[in-house]
Amino acid sequence: MASATSSNAAFFNQLKKYYTWYTGGFVAFVILVAILEQMGVPNKILGYIFLAATIALYAGIGIMSKTADVSEYYVAGRRVPALFNGMATGADWMSAASFIGMAGTLYLTGYDGLAFVMGWTGGYVLVALFLAPYLRKFGQFTIPDFLGARYGGHVPRTLGVIAAIICSFTYVIAQIYGVGLITARFTGLEFAVGVYVGLAGILVCSFLGGMRAVTWTQVAQYIILIVAYMIPVVWLSVSITGNPIPQIAYGQALQGVTAKEKELNDPTTVLGAAEASVRALHKEKQLEWEGKIKTLDDAVAAGSGAAFLAEQKATAQAKLDELKAAPEPDAKKIAAAEKDIKEFPADAAALKAKWKKAAAGAKAKTGAVAAHATAFAGKGAEKKLMKENPAATPEEIAKAKAEDTKASNTKRLNFIALVLCLMVGTASLPHILMRYYTTPSVRDARKSVFWSLFFIFLLYFTAPALAVLAKYEVYHHLVGSSFANLPAWVSNWSAVDATLMKIVDMNKDGLIQLAEITIGGDLIVLATPEIAGLPYVISGLVAAGGLAAALSTADGLLLTIANALSHDIYYKMVDPNASTVRRLAVSKGLLLVVALLAAYVTSLKPGDILFLVGAAFSLAASAFFPSLVLGVFWKRANYLGAVLGMIAGLGVCMYYMFITYDFFGGVAANEWFGIKPISAGIFGMPAGFLGVIIGSLISPAPSKEIQELVDHVRYPSLPSDINTNAA
Amino acid sequence: MQLTDKHREYWNRNLRLTAVLLGIWFVVTFVVIWFAKELNDIVIAGFPFAFYMGAQGALIIYVLVIWFYARRMNQLDLEYGVHEGED
Repeated sequence: MASATSSNAAFFNQLKKYYTWYTGGFVAFVILVAILEQMGVPNKILGYIFLAATIALYAGIGIMSKTADVSEYYVAGRRVPALFNGMATGADWMSAASFIGMAGTLYLTGYDGLAFVMGWTGGYVLVALFLAPYLRKFGQFTIPDFLGARYGGHVPRTLGVIAAIICSFTYVIAQIYGVGLITARFTGLEFAVGVYVGLAGILVCSFLGGMRAVTWTQVAQYIILIVAYMIPVVWLSVSITGNPIPQIAYGQALQGVTAKEKELNDPTTVLGAAEASVRALHKEKQLEWEGKIKTLDDAVAAGSGAAFLAEQKATAQAKLDELKAAPEPDAKKIAAAEKDIKEFPADAAALKAKWKKAAAGAKAKTGAVAAHATAFAGKGAEKKLMKENPAATPEEIAKAKAEDTKASNTKRLNFIALVLCLMVGTASLPHILMRYYTTPSVRDARKSVFWSLFFIFLLYFTAPALAVLAKYEVYHHLVGSSFANLPAWVSNWSAVDATLMKIVDMNKDGLIQLAEITIGGDLIVLATPEIAGLPYVISGLVAAGGLAAALSTADGLLLTIANALSHDIYYKMVDPNASTVRRLAVSKGLLLVVALLAAYVTSLKPGDILFLVGAAFSLAASAFFPSLVLGVFWKRANYLGAVLGMIAGLGVCMYYMFITYDFFGGVAANEWFGIKPISAGIFGMPAGFLGVIIGSLISPAPSKEIQELVDHVRYPSLPSDINTNAA
Repeated sequence: MQLTDKHREYWNRNLRLTAVLLGIWFVVTFVVIWFAKELNDIVIAGFPFAFYMGAQGALIIYVLVIWFYARRMNQLDLEYGVHEGED
C-alpha cells in the first residue's frame, strides 16, 4: 500500500512537471507567433498556425496516450489525481457556448442571462452532494452501468443508454457546429471543411486512447482556454478602469453603465434625444414589416400564397438585376442580394417567419435601453400608458401596473425554472458524471468535484465582468462618436459578419446612436482583444481557446455515446464473453460511426443550436436525476420504480417540448404557467420522481443483494466489502 | 454484511451535512432570485446585491460548499473508520 501511495504521489509530481513545461512551451509558442506578426506575416497565416499547432498538439497527446487496456480506455486506469481530473472536467464541461457565447448573452440580457451562470455552476453542488462519491465507490464504466446494477434487468440500463444518447447527441452537434464556425472564421475555410478538420482533431485523440487520451488532452485544453479567456479581459479591465482584476473592477464600470442607460433613456439630454429619433425610425420599420406580413397573410387566406411568394422572389431578382446594371456596380450589395435570392424561403410560412423576425428585430429597438442589473423588468406597460395618455384614469394605471407585474413574475418563474433545469441537468449529464469514475478513490472524487467547480468558476465569474466592461466601452466610447472615424474593431467586424456587428446611420446625423448598433452575442469574446487594443496574435489565441473548449466537450460526449453503445449494449447485453480486443475494436468502430454521423448532421446546420443545448439539460435532468439519486438515498427504490420514473420523466419532458416549441410544430399558447420549452425539465423532474416513488411502492422491495449494493456505495469502505470495480 | 450502529451514525451525519449544505445552496440560489428586485436596491461597491449574487456571490459560495463537504466527509471517513486503504 505504501508503495501505491508513493507511486500515486510520483505520478502526480510527474504530471505537474509535464504540464508546467507544457504551459511554458505554449507561452513561448504564443510569443513566437507574436514575433512573426511583428515581422509582417499576414493574419490569415497566423490563424492557420494556431489551428494547426493546437490540433497537432492534441493529436500528439492522443498518440502518446494510446492504449489497448480496457480500464485505461474507459476510465483512464482510475488514477487521475483530483486536481487534474478537475481541469479535465472543466474543459469537458465548458463548451463553445460557455467560452464564446456566455459573455455575449450577459451583454445582451443583463441580469436575466445570469440564469446560465448560476445554473451551470450550482449544479456541481448537486454532483458533489448526491452523486460523485457514490458513483466512484460503485466504480464501473458508464452511467447506465449503475442503473443496470442497482435496478437489475436490461430495461433500466437500456433506458439509460437511450437517454444518454439523446442528450449527448443533441449536445455534441452544438459543439461540432462551434468547431466549424471557429475554424471557418479564423482560417477562411468553408464551414463544412472546418467541421471535418475539427473532427479529425477530436478523433485522433479519443480513437487511440479513449478516456485516457481524452483526459490528458482535456487538461491541456483547459490550460489553453483559461489563458485565452483571461488575457484579453484583464487587459480590457486595465484599459478601462486601471484595475487588473476585472472581477472587482467592474462594479465601478457597472455604475458608469447604469448612469449612461439613464442618460440614453432621457429624451431631454442630447444623447437621449438622438436615441429617441432613431427609435422612431425603428418603429416605422416595424410597422412596415407588419404591413408586409399582413399582405402575405391576406394572400395566403385568399389561396394565392404561392403566387405571392413568386412575386416576392421576382422583386428580389429585379433588385439584383438593377444592382448589376448600375453604372458602378456595388460588389457588396450585389453579393448580399445574391445571397438573399439563394436563401429565399421555400414557402409562404418560411417567408412569414423571416419577416416576423425582421419585425421583431425592429421592435426590439423601439423601446428604452434595458438596465443591465435590473431583475425581471416588466413590459413597460405603465410607462407606455403614461407617455401616450398622461391623463389616464387610476383604473387604467392599475391595469397597466398589473400587466407589468404579471410579465415580471413570469420572467422570474422562467428564470427559476431555467436555473433549476440547468443545475439538475449538470448533475445528470453522463459525460460529466463519467469523469468521477476516473479518480483513484472516493476521497479524491470528492476533492475532484471541488477542483472541477473551481476551474469552471474561474471562467464563469469572469464572464459577467467582461460583459459589463464591453458594455461600458460601447456606451461610453462608441455611442456618440462619429461615423467618419469608426474604431477599427467596429469596421473590421462589421465587414466580416453583419450578424455579429452591424452599424447603420439611420437618422443621418453622422453620429452613432445605440439603437443604430446591432451586436451579435458572440462578438463580445471574439472582439475583446481588438477592443482592448491587443495585437492579432491574441485574437488567434482566443480562437484557439474557443476551439479547445468545443473540441474538449465534443471529445467527452462522443466517448460517452460510443461507450454506451459498445459497453452497455454490445458487451453487457449482446456478447458478454467478448474478448478485450474485440470490445475495444467495437468501441472504436462505433466512435468513428457516431462522429461521422454527428458531423454529417451538423453540416446540415439544423435549427436552433442554443435550444438544442438547453434541451439536452432538461432531458438529462428528467431522465437520470431521480433514478440516480434515489438509487443511492432510498433503498426501497426498485426496478419498476426506475423504469416508470425514467419513462415518465423523459416522456413528460419531451411531450412538453413537442407541444410548445415551434420547431416541432408546438405553439407558445400551450405553455403551462408560461414556462418556456427550454425548461421543460421543470415538469419532467417531478414526473420522474413520482414515477420512481410510485413504481417502487407498488412492487416488492429490492433483493438483499441490491440493498447491500446500496450500503456498499454509501460507505467508502466496509469490512468484508464487495468489490464492484470493473477492470 | 451487517451494518453496526457506528455505520448508521456515519450515514446519518452524512445526511445531516448534505441537508444543511443543500439548504445553503437553496437560499443563495432560489431565495435570492425570488427577492431579486427588492435585494437589488441594496448596492455594495457599485454592485446591486442580487446581481452580484447571481454573477459572483453564489458561485463563490458553491465552491466553498463543495470544498467544505469534501473536507468534512473525508474527516468523517477517518473518524468512523470507513476510509479507504491508501491504494
